[in-house]
Amino acid sequence: MEAANSLKPLVDLKAGEKAIVKELSGGKGFVARVASLGLVPGAEVEVIRNPQHGPIIIRIKGSYLALGRGEAAKVLVEDSA
Amino acid sequence: MNSHQPLRVEEVPEIMVKPRAGEKVLRVALAGQPNVGKSTVFNMLTGLSQHVGNWPGKTVEKKSGRCRYGNYLMHIVDLPGTYSLTANSIEERIARDYIVKERPDVVVAIVNAATLERSLYLVAELLLLPSPVVLGLNMMDVAEQQGYRIDVQILQAKLGIPVVPMVASKNQGVKELLEAVIGLAEGIVPYNPRQPEIKEAHKPILEKLRELMNGLIPEPYPLDWVAIKLLEGDSEVTELVKGWVDKDKWGEISALLKGHEDAILDIAGGRYEWIRKLVKAAVEEPRMGPVSLTERLDRVATHPFWGLVVMALVLGAIFWLTYTIGSPIQSWLEESVIASLANLASSWLSFLGAPAWLNGLVVDGIIGGIGTVLSFFPILTVFFAVFGLLEDVGYLARAAYVMDRFMHWMGLHGKSFLPLFLGFGCNVPAVLGSRIIEEKRARLLTIFLTPFIPCSARMAVLVFLTPVFFGERAFLVSWGLILLNLAILALVGKAMNSLLFKGERLPFIMELPLYHYPNFRTIGLEVWHRVASFLRKAGTVILAVSVVVWALSYWPTGSIEGSFLAKLGVILEPLGRLAGLDSRMVVALLTSFVAKENAVATLGVLYGAGEEALASVLGKAVPPKAGFAFLVMEMLFIPCVATVSAMRQELGSWRWTFLVIGFYLALSFAAGILVYHVFPF
Repeated sequence: MEAANSLKPLVDLKAGEKAIVKELSGGKGFVARVASLGLVPGAEVEVIRNPQHGPIIIRIKGSYLALGRGEAAKVLVEDSA
Repeated sequence: MNSHQPLRVEEVPEIMVKPRAGEKVLRVALAGQPNVGKSTVFNMLTGLSQHVGNWPGKTVEKKSGRCRYGNYLMHIVDLPGTYSLTANSIEERIARDYIVKERPDVVVAIVNAATLERSLYLVAELLLLPSPVVLGLNMMDVAEQQGYRIDVQILQAKLGIPVVPMVASKNQGVKELLEAVIGLAEGIVPYNPRQPEIKEAHKPILEKLRELMNGLIPEPYPLDWVAIKLLEGDSEVTELVKGWVDKDKWGEISALLKGHEDAILDIAGGRYEWIRKLVKAAVEEPRMGPVSLTERLDRVATHPFWGLVVMALVLGAIFWLTYTIGSPIQSWLEESVIASLANLASSWLSFLGAPAWLNGLVVDGIIGGIGTVLSFFPILTVFFAVFGLLEDVGYLARAAYVMDRFMHWMGLHGKSFLPLFLGFGCNVPAVLGSRIIEEKRARLLTIFLTPFIPCSARMAVLVFLTPVFFGERAFLVSWGLILLNLAILALVGKAMNSLLFKGERLPFIMELPLYHYPNFRTIGLEVWHRVASFLRKAGTVILAVSVVVWALSYWPTGSIEGSFLAKLGVILEPLGRLAGLDSRMVVALLTSFVAKENAVATLGVLYGAGEEALASVLGKAVPPKAGFAFLVMEMLFIPCVATVSAMRQELGSWRWTFLVIGFYLALSFAAGILVYHVFPF
């Protein structure tokens, strides 16, 4: 396990990469909304699609979510071992 | 178990059915996240007994219905589909308010067995509220397909509430669900709900909050729920508590809450941990099973390039189906049914010696109005059916995903594309269809921009008039005019986005549901409700306006040439002159407000020529320059009455509706004047 400095935004992950959610930055409304969708610290996410433009697709807790790039930048993750 | 309060019929006016002798009444609320098959369950339970309206004072749709089972009459309210019960959206507030204030006898929570962890989150929140919960474990077939093995007994034991496995789309488990509801309401079925653990660090604070507020929380709010929501930082509950306690008490409470602003994450995380443990015990998860159906389809459907190709094909198919099936029925209705109805009424009225105005009122005003309403019916039905099918199988979210790149540039949402596309057929269902966009801002902007999409009626006017003014170049000019409209749509969207919303990006968070087989009963009922709601709401307004406009075009002289409408045309003529239009063309434009295709018919009346002769008369009387200005104005003019009434319904405000009318009126004249003066020919 690496230290906290290895945190990176979800939007930087490539398709096929898996990671663990560590932190959510952003307003209370945003945090509550994505938390209810399963994006809470400790959750495992897999990036399914990350095109150069437009929203990314992730898999979380068995469901698929499309997230705007702005939103995906506010989710900080750590590579899962 | 919880006692039976008698149903207070006066509080739920849409439920007017009285129980039969000896029948027991149960009030049931249906809760669940989006994409768990909740509407399928609701449709299975209530069928055609549904009532669709709005939640009081809200533009959120409220569905309720009844279900008779054994000796019970159940009144079922379908709560809005939400992922959680925070104060962040109207839907979530409605759902939790209903359970807290109305205290249904039983809450049925539907979850998707294939995305069990995620969909149990809402259940974790529901268990904090006062009504007992039955879990409907839906989509068991999809879960099995994905390789999940769920032990219902263990899940039931761990949750402490009844759990019913279901495949609602195949009507499996629906009876068992009703048995569980009755068992729970009668106290026959054991009910010992477990609650998610709260983090150790927050336990003392929560305890302290409970102590501080004990005895101060009025009915019907549960103390524990208020305490947790307060800790979550819930804006609505915080305001409520501020009003309930005195200043000193609030000082103590807010001091406690200070430093725990991010508790929401811990609480949500705690719920998910609790769910994780449940699921670990009860569910055998697939180990790298075969690639799922959803994954395989999405390799193409959400691909940056192939996704667009698929969407183009799907949309083409929708167009084709809608017009292949809908248009012949439409013309049959217009030519046979409406025309013979008009003839019949006309001959009857003259046989009875009715005055000419009465004949005009009945034939042109009323039957004409009904005809307009009816003529939307086939196209709307087919479109909603195809649309509903794609929605039900899960494709629509993918189309919204691939279009989001282009849509958000204009301040719209990926989903905006779907109603806008629908607008090419008719703007009315497009406006109604904008309901699928949850973000209010994007929804309003979509409704506002819809009239730029040239509908089939305006295309018909183009097809008739462009050859008159432009001969062989008619096709090019028509295409140019359509592209002009779309370009203006993009520019106005972009401008509105930067002016009103400062170009702020709209958040895009959308679930892509797992694909599954469609349920035709659900689709059929959805289509029926959408079409019926159009006929009821937009239909009555269209009919009323049709009668009014007919009156304006008839009185005081009994013919359109000397009518109020013609007088209005004369008043507006100076403005029309600026764009090269005479008063007759201005009147034609005005009547296109009733229905876009009216423009041609009115020109025929005013230039004293039938449709065939009109072409040559117009060609001589109107210079191409003015003709072009007229076409530009016709394409940008105020949306037709049907669209305006739909807009009024969806915007929920006459003020906004009039603003839209004013905008299109001004834009249309400005554009007409501009092209008249810069037109090179």
